[in-house]
Amino acid sequence: MKTIQLSNIKKTFHLGGETVKALDGISLTVNTGEFLAVIGTSGSGKSTLMNILGCLDQADSGEYYLEGVKVNQLNMNALADIRNQKIGFVFQGFNLLPRTTALENVQLPLIYNRGKKINNPTQKAKKVLDMVGLSNRINHEPNQLSGGQQQRVAIARALVTDPSIILADEPSGNLDSRTTDEILFLFQKLNDKGITIILVTHELDVAEHAKRVIDIKDGRIRRDYEISHRRYITA
Amino acid sequence: MKLKQLIIVSLRSIIRNKMRSLLTILGVIIGIASVIALVALGKGSQADIESEISSLGSNLIMIRPGSTKSHGVKGGAGTKSCLSMNDVDSISKFSENISYASPLIKVPSQIISGNANWYSNVMGVNTFYPMIRNYDIALGSFFNLRHIKLKSKVAVLGQTVVDELFPGQNPVGTRIRIRNIPFEVIGVLSEKGQSSMGHDQDDIVFVPSTTALYRMSDGKTVHDIMASAVSKSVMEQAKDDIARILRKNHRIPAGIDDDVEIRDQAEIISMVTQVTTTLTMLLSAVAGVSLLVGGIGIMNIMLVSVTERTREIGILIALGARSCDILMQFLIEAVILSLSGGIMGILTGICIAFGLGEIIGSQVIVDPAMIILSIGFTVAVGIFFGYYPARKAAFLNPVEAMRYE
Repeated sequence: MKTIQLSNIKKTFHLGGETVKALDGISLTVNTGEFLAVIGTSGSGKSTLMNILGCLDQADSGEYYLEGVKVNQLNMNALADIRNQKIGFVFQGFNLLPRTTALENVQLPLIYNRGKKINNPTQKAKKVLDMVGLSNRINHEPNQLSGGQQQRVAIARALVTDPSIILADEPSGNLDSRTTDEILFLFQKLNDKGITIILVTHELDVAEHAKRVIDIKDGRIRRDYEISHRRYITA
Repeated sequence: MKLKQLIIVSLRSIIRNKMRSLLTILGVIIGIASVIALVALGKGSQADIESEISSLGSNLIMIRPGSTKSHGVKGGAGTKSCLSMNDVDSISKFSENISYASPLIKVPSQIISGNANWYSNVMGVNTFYPMIRNYDIALGSFFNLRHIKLKSKVAVLGQTVVDELFPGQNPVGTRIRIRNIPFEVIGVLSEKGQSSMGHDQDDIVFVPSTTALYRMSDGKTVHDIMASAVSKSVMEQAKDDIARILRKNHRIPAGIDDDVEIRDQAEIISMVTQVTTTLTMLLSAVAGVSLLVGGIGIMNIMLVSVTERTREIGILIALGARSCDILMQFLIEAVILSLSGGIMGILTGICIAFGLGEIIGSQVIVDPAMIILSIGFTVAVGIFFGYYPARKAAFLNPVEAMRYE
């Protein structure tokens, strides 16, 4: 099943008189259950691509089909619903709400959920926190958690609405190498369960934990290849 | 369900910053407390005045010289209207709506008893006066028709005068001098206390009207006439009767204004309370300004709050919050803030009102309508002043917002 289909996506920014072509004709297909890494240097367009895939921003031209629905022309409210139900975000800076417990943070997307009603939000939140291995920390606030633990809360939050894809933007950028491995192991585990994951990074060895790599430069796909020797973490 | 959660989220962020939230709503608290206290005291003192004027005598009508219309046609150059004893007789005789009428001849004087002396209001009245004005006798008796006929030199004293001249004694039967004229004390009035307008109702001496008129005054000037209507329902007819009778007596032609003022209790009450009402409204307007400032304070803090939480808002939008969700959340926060201020203001205002009421001896009346109005007002302030910041928050760009430090 084609989860994502991008056709000739273009996006231009106008910053202080200068015109920047962030994306210059990207076409991409992602199937269900794939584990994709998008790699590129700063300014390559990978963040813009991420924002468009995540419906946080809209392309100037081209088409974006998400699970068969044409997304790039939808209104603000419809996009919000898609972000809520179909996409799970994981950010480099974790982006958890301060002075709010892990449990409350994970439940946030459920407050705005307008799709299929979830009967016991607290139960669901506890379940995903268990999936990321944080059952004994659900009442901790971010300042009481390590970087790795915070990122795991963020991943649990991304999972709580059962999204179609997880979009992770430099998820290990703020973590040391051991914690990075823990996080990548988690992504690997989720993908083994069948969740589609797209990971954006500038580090090749992080990218090699995925199954497929897209190399972006100057707003275009330079290379699109399968990883032959994947870095697979065993428990 | 979702609304409940938004309220919880809003409450959480308000409680996170307790001190700041409290300072923000201070303006609202002060504004509402002032309005509630002012109106409660204002209504209370109005009720005090009303009940007191009512206790002056039911169905009381006061007649005094002068024209009701200030720019009416005067009755001729140089004429100053006079009330006379004849007028009192006419009113009593010719109106079936009047139960009693009495003249009032004011002869304030020095009263001497032995070594003590006291300057007091001395008033010449007839035997009906105590019934018109609800005065009771504590000791001795009031004067009778014979005293009036004979212009007797007898006096009935109020409690304050007794305290000054005869402390701890029964003065009935003793001799006093009023304007150097010897009088005999024949009665003492029951205590009435201080009026809400500040004067001592027990600082009074009554003498027969004829005695005051012919022995102590010019022999013809009656200062006021007090009458009582048979019942409240015939009050208007009673006033009309009096006007008609006096116009006839004073030979006022048609087309010229009355030369007397005829006022009943309701008019007196409204005259007196007009000042109180105006004052209350003025002060409430000032308190309203305080409320406005409170609202601006809320808007200010909400704007700061939105800026501080730009990243947080960006995250929420990324997680799927619609612009209306963000708008609602911040509006609810603003309303909770102003509503808390309103409730605290109402409680504070009620406490202040009762406290001050105790101190100045005034009644306090808390009108439930005022409370509901105040609550409605604070909610409106919250919505009005919270809308702009909430809207700003709702339309933030999530990508930029999440990058905000």
